Amino acid sequence: MVATVPTRGLTVVDARARTARAPGRPGRRRVGWTLRVVAAVLVAVVMVFPLWVMLVTAFSSGSAYSQTLRLWPSEPTLDNFTRVFAAWPVGSWFANSVAVAGVTTVLSVTVSLTGGFAFAKLRWAGRTPVFLLLLATMMIPAQAILVPQFRLVSSLGLVGTFWAVILPGAAATFGIFLARQFLMAIPTELVEAARVDGASTPRVFWSIVLPLCRPLIAVLTLLALMYQWNDFLWPLVVLRDPALFTLPIGLQFLQGQYLTDHGALMAMTLLATAPLVVLFLVFQRYFVQGLATTGLR
Amino acid sequence: MSAPSVPGVRRQGRGDRSAPLFAGPVVLLAGLFLVLPMGLALVFSLTEIAPLSGEVGWVGLANFATMAADPTFFRSLLNTALFALVTVPGSMAIGLALALLMNSVLPARPLFRTVVYLPLVISGVAVGLIGSLLFNETSGVLRALALALGLPVVPWQSSGPAAFASVVLITLWVRVGFCMIIYLAALQAVPPELHEAAQVEGASGWQRFHHVTLPLLGPATFFLLIMSVIYSFNVFDTVFVLTGGGPGSATEVLGTYAYDTAFGPARDQGYGAAIGVVVFVLTMVFTLVQWRRSRAARDGAL
Repeated sequence: MVATVPTRGLTVVDARARTARAPGRPGRRRVGWTLRVVAAVLVAVVMVFPLWVMLVTAFSSGSAYSQTLRLWPSEPTLDNFTRVFAAWPVGSWFANSVAVAGVTTVLSVTVSLTGGFAFAKLRWAGRTPVFLLLLATMMIPAQAILVPQFRLVSSLGLVGTFWAVILPGAAATFGIFLARQFLMAIPTELVEAARVDGASTPRVFWSIVLPLCRPLIAVLTLLALMYQWNDFLWPLVVLRDPALFTLPIGLQFLQGQYLTDHGALMAMTLLATAPLVVLFLVFQRYFVQGLATTGLR
Repeated sequence: MSAPSVPGVRRQGRGDRSAPLFAGPVVLLAGLFLVLPMGLALVFSLTEIAPLSGEVGWVGLANFATMAADPTFFRSLLNTALFALVTVPGSMAIGLALALLMNSVLPARPLFRTVVYLPLVISGVAVGLIGSLLFNETSGVLRALALALGLPVVPWQSSGPAAFASVVLITLWVRVGFCMIIYLAALQAVPPELHEAAQVEGASGWQRFHHVTLPLLGPATFFLLIMSVIYSFNVFDTVFVLTGGGPGSATEVLGTYAYDTAFGPARDQGYGAAIGVVVFVLTMVFTLVQWRRSRAARDGAL
């Protein structure tokens, strides 16, 4: 069923591509143009508003139990950040998130690339059924396997260690789907030619295929980072020691501590959100491409 | 075994010997952490698991019998269905409108697109916390905004329907960007010649949208429908943080209920597994039905 995904492989969705010309008389065209600009500005205001008030609240003095609308930090302060940092090990939560997301991403990108290669370019018995089985796992809701996954990881003695998050996280099958689709587009003749020249399969993968995979690696890395950085339910179940918290669980824990101290909470929300937002702004086209292809978010 | 190997002719049958090396890691990880747990979920749904010792006892279909008489389960099932019924068409319609807007002549188009996409990379927990900042009944931004504009103040937390609306609104904020990405990709795949031809034939703007653009968006719509329904059957992070399922069980969904049952104070993991199985079956049934319908529609069109 995933085979019907209506995308064109990893073609970049070009922002500047075709533009439908507005038809009709010039006067009508200008009215239409004005209406569209007004609509776009309204949409932008609605979309930005929650982020803007998060920013304002994070940098406003936390004491004000605000009944009035604040759209600008009257006296910008870092007080919210220093307060929370003094009380809780937010720094180590941040470091935990970086470590867990980093290791998981490296693992998941590696197994996706090698796996994608095996499913796209190697012939072996059972290739198609195994691939379909892997695809089907993309449909498994996280909720459906929460209990057995916990008991499994627990019986492996991993609960309370980062491996409990890293290993299941590296099993993200969306990567296989993306990698296979990308690698199918690499001409088989290229691989065959290297073989005829006597190159072994690992050598073909390393010297011929991998150098062509840069855009694929970019998309896989960014998506894996995003899922792992934001992952909440699973780490919540397996990381119960506050010293091991990742940022999302730390945030949820702080919610219980600070309740309606919006200043403190928004400062930490900003801290947890900013790295991905910056990554997104820099690498937007890869994110968009990956999301359009896998449909996962 | 000495198969005569002719140069240039591939050996059939045996396959590449290094295939296990390449496919092995991902197959192993997915098998261990996804496929095996899915099988175990079915087994555990038929058991009772002691909260402390973790001892597993066979109870047959008892968990499902409990479920059939559990008002909170039905409430969360109903809430999940309602949530899907509102957010799926809502986010798709708004996403399509935004995609059409952002595909037209517009200054600073990349900037507008970025702004709509931005909530997509924000974690569900952060979205929930931003939601709390907006919807807090006594100190929230929307209350201050309503007071400043002289509008009635909405009891976003104490009223069940209002709390449900707050969950829906914050979800739409995140999901419209995703729908827009998919529709925009589909719109850009529509050959401009089709529009030009229709225009030459004298078709109006609406006619061109209805007869040229819309039919070509079919696959994107199908894809979004499946993905969005799966998302809404699974919704957890944002609801858990924003409302915690309350007030009462007004915003309890299957995701939060399954978690609370298995890992909350009750720690009834057998029952939690059974609820998980129901989520899985619902997802599967919906996907298969949609798939068959879309296939039937395509075959009918041919």
